[in-house]
Amino acid sequence: MGVVRELSLLGQAVSYLSTSPDIYRAWRTDPATPVGTASEPSSVTEGLPILDRYGYLWTSLGVPNGDLFDIPEYDEPDRRNIHAATIGVHCSAPRAIENFLDMGHFPYVHTGVLGIEPHTEVVDYDVQIDADSNELWATQCLFFQPMAAATSTAGEMVGYTYRVPHPYCSLLYKTSPLDESRMDVIGLFVRSVGPDRIEAHMILSLIDDSNTDSFIRRFQQSIFAQDKPILENQNPKLLPLDPRAETPIRSDRSAIAYRRWLSDLGVTYGVIPED
Amino acid sequence: MIKIYDYILSVNCYKQRLMMSILDVPFESIPIDFYPGWEHKSEEFKKINPLGHIPVIDDDGFMLRDAHAILIYLASKYDPTGLWYPTNNPELIGETAQWMLFAEGTTNTASAARLHVNLGYEFDIEACRAGAHRLFRVLEEHLWFREQENLGWVCSGEQPTIADIAIFPDVILSEEGGVARIDYPALRRWTDRVKRIPGFVPMPGIFPVGDARPISHEGEANA
Repeated sequence: MGVVRELSLLGQAVSYLSTSPDIYRAWRTDPATPVGTASEPSSVTEGLPILDRYGYLWTSLGVPNGDLFDIPEYDEPDRRNIHAATIGVHCSAPRAIENFLDMGHFPYVHTGVLGIEPHTEVVDYDVQIDADSNELWATQCLFFQPMAAATSTAGEMVGYTYRVPHPYCSLLYKTSPLDESRMDVIGLFVRSVGPDRIEAHMILSLIDDSNTDSFIRRFQQSIFAQDKPILENQNPKLLPLDPRAETPIRSDRSAIAYRRWLSDLGVTYGVIPED
Repeated sequence: MIKIYDYILSVNCYKQRLMMSILDVPFESIPIDFYPGWEHKSEEFKKINPLGHIPVIDDDGFMLRDAHAILIYLASKYDPTGLWYPTNNPELIGETAQWMLFAEGTTNTASAARLHVNLGYEFDIEACRAGAHRLFRVLEEHLWFREQENLGWVCSGEQPTIADIAIFPDVILSEEGGVARIDYPALRRWTDRVKRIPGFVPMPGIFPVGDARPISHEGEANA
């Protein structure tokens, strides 16, 4: 038996329950199995597809096209996989992803940590859509960071790679301060609660054998809390996909590509034009 | 050195960090995995505070909990000017107590709304927001009349008091809880004045208006 819980996904009410060990069900909310009541997984007949991956439950209101994106690093035996936080934000999912891809704001919003004046230049980087996976990648990104990670001891030029494997999920690979040959992975998985309401899940897959989870979470949550007022003050709330709607600059190449990619995918939720 | 059981995104913990920064009191932050770890609700932490909340300070063995009580202690012990907690002035100390109680209200409305939105706390969000606006309107009018007398703080002295420190974090982060401040110009001018107090330190989500101390991310000693 498990207790039926409910949340909103893309504005639709979805019920779910979990029973140990690791049995999960999700379905469109139905008066036959009311929220808050105890129920058996076997009683769910018209279920939605469900996956238990990277510490989160994933579902789809439609028919998933292939498997969820792979994060090979997640399974490396010496990695620390940490759920850093789930935080509600009053913004649209694509605004959150676009901010995650942006380096230009580091010195002004994450002052003294991910950037510092006068090191404000975003040097040119490459953006491409991977033809096989249809994922967006921004590579060769380089930025001066006073404190790139919880484990940093000094400022350094940090290499970044951004990956957008899903319209509302992004992964950031950055040089590990403890092992220069490997990359730390920071993931932002966004659940669209409504068009301009999200829950942002932050996941870390790190090379770090010394710091506590609490210490690492505190660092990531601090960073995210600095982004929050920026995200919540963007207008319009929904992300305009028309390239003429907002004026990009040279460092916004990943944002331009992201918007075009969303257009090509036919995404209509959290964006302008809306469905 | 003072130890504070701390969570960087807690308004009540920030009140203490801000006060100690302004008073130039070195302290050591002991990070509690408040979210998502709920460490403050653990049996181990309840030995430190049976109520299961933060902040708690440990000043050389003297333990004290509750944000506004700690502000009174810090100002009484570490402010040689006696201005932050003006015990030698009956009117001012009465006003300070009055506005400290008001701060309990802003914490339980504006900051509760923030916890609901950010971390999913189960509060009646509309009641929290309505309550916050009711208090903000009262504070707005009060501060407007203060300004007509060329005074800038919630109490009637010429210097800020711990009451300003107690109320400021609930107000400045209110938009995170969906409580907009656009209708409160005097309140916005007051938050700018607080940000210009020498020794001001922000927390994530608050942006300084000028020179400020950097946010400490190390969870280590702040000197």
